[in-house]
Amino acid sequence: MACRSRLAPVLRRAGASGLIKAANPTARASLTALRCIATSPPRQFRASGSRHAKFTSDAYPDIKRDARFSEITADHVAFFKDLLGRETALIDGVTGEVAADDMEPYNGDWMRKYRGHCKLVLKPGSTQEGGNTGLVGGSVPVFDEIVINTSRMNQIHSFDDVSGILVADAGVVLEVADQYLAEKGYIFPLDLGAKGSCHIGGNVATNAGGLRLLRYGSLHGTVLGIEAVLPDGTIVDDLGKLRKNNTGYDLKQLFIGGEGTIGMIAKVSIQCPQRSHAVNVAFLAGESYEKIQQVFREAKSQLGEILSAFELMDLKSQQLVQKVRSSNSPLEGEHPFYCLIETSGSNSEHDNEKLEKFLEDVMTKEIITDGVLAQDETQLRSLWSQREGIPECLGHWGGVYKYDLSIPLQDLYKLVEDVREKIDAAGLRGDSDEFPVVDVVGYGHMGDSNLHLNVAVRRYDKRVEQVLEPFVYEWIAKVSGSISAEHGLGLAKKNYIGYSRSETMVALMKQIKNLYDPNGIMNPYKYV
Amino acid sequence: MSALRILVPVKRVIDYASKRALVTNTGNFSWQVKPRVNKAQTAVETAGVKHSMNPFDELSVEESVRIREKKRYPPGVEDICVVSAGPPKSQDILRTAMAMGADRAVHVEAKEGDEMEPLAVAKMLRALVDQEKSNLVILGKQSIDDDAAQTGPMLAGLLGWPQATQASEVAFEGDSVLVTKEVDGGVETVKAKLPMVITTDLRLNEPRYASLPNIMKAKKKPLVKISLSDLGVANERRLKVVKVTEPAPRQGGGKVEDVDGMVSKLKELGAL
Repeated sequence: MACRSRLAPVLRRAGASGLIKAANPTARASLTALRCIATSPPRQFRASGSRHAKFTSDAYPDIKRDARFSEITADHVAFFKDLLGRETALIDGVTGEVAADDMEPYNGDWMRKYRGHCKLVLKPGSTQEGGNTGLVGGSVPVFDEIVINTSRMNQIHSFDDVSGILVADAGVVLEVADQYLAEKGYIFPLDLGAKGSCHIGGNVATNAGGLRLLRYGSLHGTVLGIEAVLPDGTIVDDLGKLRKNNTGYDLKQLFIGGEGTIGMIAKVSIQCPQRSHAVNVAFLAGESYEKIQQVFREAKSQLGEILSAFELMDLKSQQLVQKVRSSNSPLEGEHPFYCLIETSGSNSEHDNEKLEKFLEDVMTKEIITDGVLAQDETQLRSLWSQREGIPECLGHWGGVYKYDLSIPLQDLYKLVEDVREKIDAAGLRGDSDEFPVVDVVGYGHMGDSNLHLNVAVRRYDKRVEQVLEPFVYEWIAKVSGSISAEHGLGLAKKNYIGYSRSETMVALMKQIKNLYDPNGIMNPYKYV
Repeated sequence: MSALRILVPVKRVIDYASKRALVTNTGNFSWQVKPRVNKAQTAVETAGVKHSMNPFDELSVEESVRIREKKRYPPGVEDICVVSAGPPKSQDILRTAMAMGADRAVHVEAKEGDEMEPLAVAKMLRALVDQEKSNLVILGKQSIDDDAAQTGPMLAGLLGWPQATQASEVAFEGDSVLVTKEVDGGVETVKAKLPMVITTDLRLNEPRYASLPNIMKAKKKPLVKISLSDLGVANERRLKVVKVTEPAPRQGGGKVEDVDGMVSKLKELGAL
């Protein structure tokens, strides 16, 4: 209830004021675009921050500001100030009361790839930092859109100890939700690198995948209900707590992965599984991608229900992590491929017996060449960090071109080899500063056929882009993969949706967008 | 000069990382719930909490194995024997120590919850030193559960051997051992002749991961089970635990709107 009084009025009364005339398509001149994904200052691992990124509108000159939207004026700011009733609920860059620096965090992303011209941030409803952890520019404004930040909507409303159903605001930080659940013996069915700063509303809006999708499934299955606000102020009250509900279209699914383009998620109810007491992690090495596939087959058959993650890493990715951290690999020597296996279950004796048998088996059959098994929690975390630390370490040299792809398992790694070959043929990869590319690496959630193809670069360079695109997308279309497995479309992948979806499918999506957001004010210039 | 016979006592304790499970940083996840004091306020609840080898003991095992591998003591290392007293689960950490490179293990069986005081442990270790003919004992400077830091010094006292505590470096010179420890503003190096007792500190080394081939080999290494009475030692208790309580919950901080707000807050608190 609390959130209705906070969020819906922002949208509804904004319409009434003439700022957004959602119901009247003729009054287009006075529209102002709203961008509605949970966002707030991004984590930055370099002091330089987003100030050094190019404006997205300059980097993408093809994107033109929609003339239907009006420029933000001091009147608009005064209106929202009055509405929200608190000075701190709003960051105003229009009337010039705020230094440009205060606005920067909302205009940038953590990779420093996108930068907008936003002049007004609204924070309906406690203050906490977080968000903007997306990878495709889905949450960064392009022009002077208004940013709505959910970080003040951060209440956990209820938790049922028997069914494991959690109801919480969109602005709750994922790690906070997970720690709350840990106290009760449950776990949030999503885990990802940015968990300390991302909001669950944003996770749902982007249908985030993460490290344990293999075990807990996608948010399309675990989210039982949502409360969302449509652009005209209508509250979509579908905050159900039922696992089964076959009554009509399952409309909430449109908001899950909708990237805030048809409405803004305010609350979520989600089914949380029991937390496992017995967790083991093994880090294994194999001499080829084929061998790693064999390990995966064996893991599924021998570990069965306790397998909770199966992650792939190539040698290059591990070498770069070691180089950035000046640390040693957990294994001696170098191996072409590594995989991390996690098991979680309720009985450690049962799990240990299974896991040891499995490891002995793959070792004696020479499917793996070496491996280690975490002996305590510290080792377990440090093994995980070999995998989780890759994205951040790759950014060390300046930037990363990231592709998050679904590819049929047998072809998964072939793409990395093909891209590396093309980059080398173009003479773009090398150890010294004159080469833009540091290296081409592949890693990812092998258990979900999800590859992260990353090209670590010293600077963003058109020549590299020309080698990568549309080559990668065409390659993906050829094997019937997806150009965005778990990161979404945002701005980066918007124009490439055709490689993974047919014209008919895209047309249907546009119909839905037009139905709920006829004026196109929600997260404009993105998605479809 | 005879070869080294190293005795390495190890203890099974609540996992150090799970102790801080709820204050992890971004990117880390935790499955464990923070240990709590039991209802009777007599001890920390251990059921369902993850256990592992005391981190200082891991350093002792690693150092012993490195002395052998790096051939730091010319006559060589003849034997590395790990020992632990505790419930059957203690065998897990003995196997881990053997996977790291120890040759064999002795398990002194005790019932779950049968705590031993440092003096009893030191007496047990003295008996084991006699039995195993050890000439070097390397043990953690303290265990992270009781934090008594008494066992090493008491053992040296009982044996009448020299001791060097909180080692951050161990080197050999003839039949003498040079042990460096960190002190305020620098390091201090002491020298003693074998046989001796060394206690280890965190900067000594970085323990290795147990590799799969070594875990498999460790299963076949000898592990002997004995009881405290076999060693002629009784578990005497001189101390009675009166009460165990949790620290007072931390007071949350407050936020101020601006510099003026901060100044008036500081005045209010009497800091200005």
